Amino acid sequence: MIQDLQARAEALGQSLPPLLAEAEMLAATVMLGEHGRRRAGSGDEFWQYRAAHAGDPARSIDWRRSARSDGHFIREREWQAAQSVTLWVDPSKSMAFSGAKDRAPKAERARLLALALAVLLLRGGERVGLAGLALPRAGRSQILRLAARLSGEEGEGDYGVPETAGMVGHGRAVFFSDFLGPLDGIEAALARAADRGVKGALCQILDPAEEDFPFDGRVIFESMGGGLRHETQQAGELRARYLARLSERKDRLATLARATGWHFSTHHTGAPAQTALLWLYRALEGGR
Amino acid sequence: MFMIGPIGFLTPWILWGLVALPVLWLLLRAVPPAPVRRRFPGVALLLGLKDEDAETDRTPWWLLLLRILAVAAAIIGFAGPVLNPEQRQAGSGPLLVVLDGGWADARDWARRVERAARAVEEAGRDGRVVAVIRLTDRPQEIAFQAADAWTGRLSALEPAPWSPQGMEAWVEHFPAQGFDTLWLSDGIDWEGRDMLAALFTDKGLLTVVEGDAPVLALHPAQFRDGAVMVTASRLTAGEAVEVEVTGHGPDPAGIERELARAVISFAAGETKAGAAMDLPPELRNRVTRFGIAGLRSAGAVSLTDDSLKRRKVALISPGPAAEGLQLLSPLHYLRQALAPVADLIEAPVSTALPANPDAVVLADVARLTASEQAALVEWVEKGGLLLRFAGPRLAASDVSRFEEDPLMPVRLREGGRALGGALSWGDAKSLAPFPEGSPFFGLSIPDDVQIAEQVLAQPDPDLAARTIAALDDGTPLVTRKTLGEGQVVLVHVTANAEWSTLPLSGLFVQMLERLAISTRPALPEARDLEGQIWVPEVMLNAWGEERDAGEVPGVAGEVLARAMTDGPGPEQPPGLYAGQDRRVALNVVGPETVLTPAEWPPEAVVEGLAAQPERSLKGGLLTGALVALLVDILAALWLGGRLSGWRRGVAVLAVALFAAPDARAQEEPLPGDDFAIEATYGVVLAYVKTGDAQIDELSEYGLLGLGDRLWERTAIEPQRPIGIDLEKDELAFFPFLYWPVTADAPTPSDAAYARLNQFLRSGGLILFDTRDAGVASYGAQTPEGQALQRIAAGLDIPALEPVPEDHVLTRTFYLLQTFPGRYAEGTIWVEAAPADAALEEGMPFRNLNDGVTPVVIGGNDWAAAWATDDNGVPLLPVGRGAAGEQQREIAWRFGINLIMHVLTGNYKSDQVHVPALLERLGQ
Repeated sequence: MIQDLQARAEALGQSLPPLLAEAEMLAATVMLGEHGRRRAGSGDEFWQYRAAHAGDPARSIDWRRSARSDGHFIREREWQAAQSVTLWVDPSKSMAFSGAKDRAPKAERARLLALALAVLLLRGGERVGLAGLALPRAGRSQILRLAARLSGEEGEGDYGVPETAGMVGHGRAVFFSDFLGPLDGIEAALARAADRGVKGALCQILDPAEEDFPFDGRVIFESMGGGLRHETQQAGELRARYLARLSERKDRLATLARATGWHFSTHHTGAPAQTALLWLYRALEGGR
Repeated sequence: MFMIGPIGFLTPWILWGLVALPVLWLLLRAVPPAPVRRRFPGVALLLGLKDEDAETDRTPWWLLLLRILAVAAAIIGFAGPVLNPEQRQAGSGPLLVVLDGGWADARDWARRVERAARAVEEAGRDGRVVAVIRLTDRPQEIAFQAADAWTGRLSALEPAPWSPQGMEAWVEHFPAQGFDTLWLSDGIDWEGRDMLAALFTDKGLLTVVEGDAPVLALHPAQFRDGAVMVTASRLTAGEAVEVEVTGHGPDPAGIERELARAVISFAAGETKAGAAMDLPPELRNRVTRFGIAGLRSAGAVSLTDDSLKRRKVALISPGPAAEGLQLLSPLHYLRQALAPVADLIEAPVSTALPANPDAVVLADVARLTASEQAALVEWVEKGGLLLRFAGPRLAASDVSRFEEDPLMPVRLREGGRALGGALSWGDAKSLAPFPEGSPFFGLSIPDDVQIAEQVLAQPDPDLAARTIAALDDGTPLVTRKTLGEGQVVLVHVTANAEWSTLPLSGLFVQMLERLAISTRPALPEARDLEGQIWVPEVMLNAWGEERDAGEVPGVAGEVLARAMTDGPGPEQPPGLYAGQDRRVALNVVGPETVLTPAEWPPEAVVEGLAAQPERSLKGGLLTGALVALLVDILAALWLGGRLSGWRRGVAVLAVALFAAPDARAQEEPLPGDDFAIEATYGVVLAYVKTGDAQIDELSEYGLLGLGDRLWERTAIEPQRPIGIDLEKDELAFFPFLYWPVTADAPTPSDAAYARLNQFLRSGGLILFDTRDAGVASYGAQTPEGQALQRIAAGLDIPALEPVPEDHVLTRTFYLLQTFPGRYAEGTIWVEAAPADAALEEGMPFRNLNDGVTPVVIGGNDWAAAWATDDNGVPLLPVGRGAAGEQQREIAWRFGINLIMHVLTGNYKSDQVHVPALLERLGQ
């Protein structure tokens, strides 16, 4: 199971270039990564030559460059640092829903996307962790760890609330969920993340059945855990109002995301996972 | 019975259930369909949404209608609906079921019996007593019995091949008390029918059932103007109709087959029509019966008798007649008398006899050559009739003077005598009345027949017995003797008017008729028939089928004559009657028979035979209800949203399967087709199954091995060999048959022999293998050899000889001189070369018979030498070491030569022509 998930995630990740997450904050993380911060600092890559000031140690003078002119030049290197990305995959029962026999449940798609993203990020040298489950770390071994955690237990509740516990300040975060539960928890989580300078993306994963509402006749709807129940005589009549509420919910989420500098997108399990991964890649790369 | 239109109900009270349908409607309407439980995460978004109209989710009206219809169909179905229920006559008292039982009933007899059985059954249900009578039976007491007593007897009834007759005799047998009558009439008016109908209406209710099949009758065929006229009548003059009349008779091989066919067209409104059949005499004389094609009734069959036959008479004159002396020709009057009624052959004896004449007339022929004499004697002994006329030549010759000539009935005195001439004393003599026992007995003698000259018979002891006509002074005029199966008749005067006026009179023609030299031009008259006992030869049954007369007693001529005019009856059933010298056909329909439709008294109820059959609708309605309920299930599922994806497909499929009638398989292949296809897939070598599994297996592998060699070395590519069961399988597909003969081989049946001989004649070859060459040397007779003799006795095998050195078998493919199998010693026998085959100069071999030898007989057990298994490994050892392998190779070569011989014939023999061809090319 773990190997399977990992293998498929790696396969998906292979088709994209390594994701270069942009770090905004220099101070918070000190660990050197492979990616330049576009400012002078410690690193391996050449950044610029500048005239030597008083106080610069003599060993930092680049004599070869200085010999071509009269002044002394110092060779500066680009500051390279790694970014911390925290992923949260909704473990609640509602994610176990699948509208058709040949479609995987939403949870599986969410885990796949999360791990693929993790593979991309880790390959790019970032540190990736799971909110509440695994601390952000770099290196390939982290993939295995993440995969094991991801395919772990299932949550209890009908709907999940984003976990902000393991989030690194000024890092990045990605929430995978259907976001169909109460909005309070999401709002609170986003507020906490904004407080800690964390930016990221909300990836809403929905089953096509949830978008289409293909029901008719006398139906008793129950939530996946059985906690919620709604009976109707004419399911078909509810379709329009259900769809209106769903789009309202998406609007709310998008507004929330915008307010906190996050990105929001909806992904359907009927569509290929590639598009979602591409969007996530852009969302994490973005901010510009 | 409760009736709505044409539909009746057996248990109508169940229909009250229909009243409950509106209640059901309300109930069904009130109960909505059951809800579906669904797990759905989006429910959080649904919370608080209210249904706009809580009452809308009712069962839709069409579903309600479907259910109501299903229930209604079930209710109506259980009420026992019947379409066209038979309204039973609520009768009481005895019921008399009357069947005509004549020939016209035969066309739909089964339906009539069925109708009668129904009536009897109904009467039984009503507790009535029944009697069933056939009017064609002899009048008998009518006994009313319980219906059960009749049911078994009805199906055994058969129609008679005549019309009902003699109704007066029936009348007294009808009971005095009243009874109802069901009369199954054939629709033809016959004598006494009116009287019976009146009687029945007096006694009670008369119901008449008439069939609707057309009644057609075929009159006896007549010979008119050189053609055979066939005439047919029909009962009702309806639209224009064409019927086909066929003439049947034995073909030259004696097999009964259709010989002639003509179409009779009835014009609209006409009841009688005819057609002419122009038949060559050969064919015409063969026709034994005419029949209307496709009609099984004695009325549609007309047997032919001598009146249609034209005899072939050979007229032989002493020599070329002098020109211009027509009236003096000895044959002139014969020709005049016979030409209209017989086919004449005028040719010398040697030419005339092979034409197989019925009679030969020698007019004043005295001397015959020895061979002609012998041929004539042989012909007469086989049943021919030789009629000789005297004349100057006969009188002058010494034929039968001292010894009775075999071809003369009496010895003749020298010279003869002349009467009433200028130099004679007496007057010309006239004929004495014909004595009883003479074939001319009963012919009236005209006064003007005068005999002036005649030859005289020697007064031998048996002269009186041989005289069949004499002059009034007792001198024999016509004498006759039998010779073998035939007879020789001598008329002591000439066939022309030279010696007598007899040939000028009508008596001459009548006498020729009586001698059966000419045929009667028309149907026999009463006086022709009287005075003889006529023995039936062939009888007709009501369906027009011929059956053997068997022990049926003969009929007096008077009775037969009456039957000829009044039609046949139980005393004189229709058929072919043979008298002394002729055969007379008594047909159901005479030449003058007129078919008149029956008219019934107004009180009688007339029904058709083809009543609308009763049909129960119960099954259909219940099935309909079931189907409606099934559809309801699907509809309910669909409404509830539970029918989706594959479930919908399966459901639709299920409905389609349920509704689709069983698709019948295509026309079944005929039995034996498989065998034929297998056998004709390519060249197939066949072997005869002996019943001994080991030998059969060896035969199969032998032919398989030979087939493999053929594939390898020649252009012949045989398929896998096939075993033949001689009694069952068709041989026509095979060119070659390997027949291992076992000692206990059964002798084939006649049918198998017929197939085998056909196989041999059409170019097939049988290789008989007695497999005994190892023990059969020195001419010893083995059991296998005896079995072969026994089997081959029935086969059409020509003379045989041991294979000559230059036989084509020695060079069809390989050059061989020995033909070994497992044994190498045996002699091989093939068809003998023609006796005139000679070795030509410079030729290596003779020009032998063309064609394939039909059999090759030997005992070398070839199959054992040929046999290889499926991998090509020889099955049995042959000989010893390399020499044995060499022998096997030669055996294979023999097999290849043999198959080549079968398939290519004797083309290798044509090499004999090569030098001649080269020579021609060189020029």
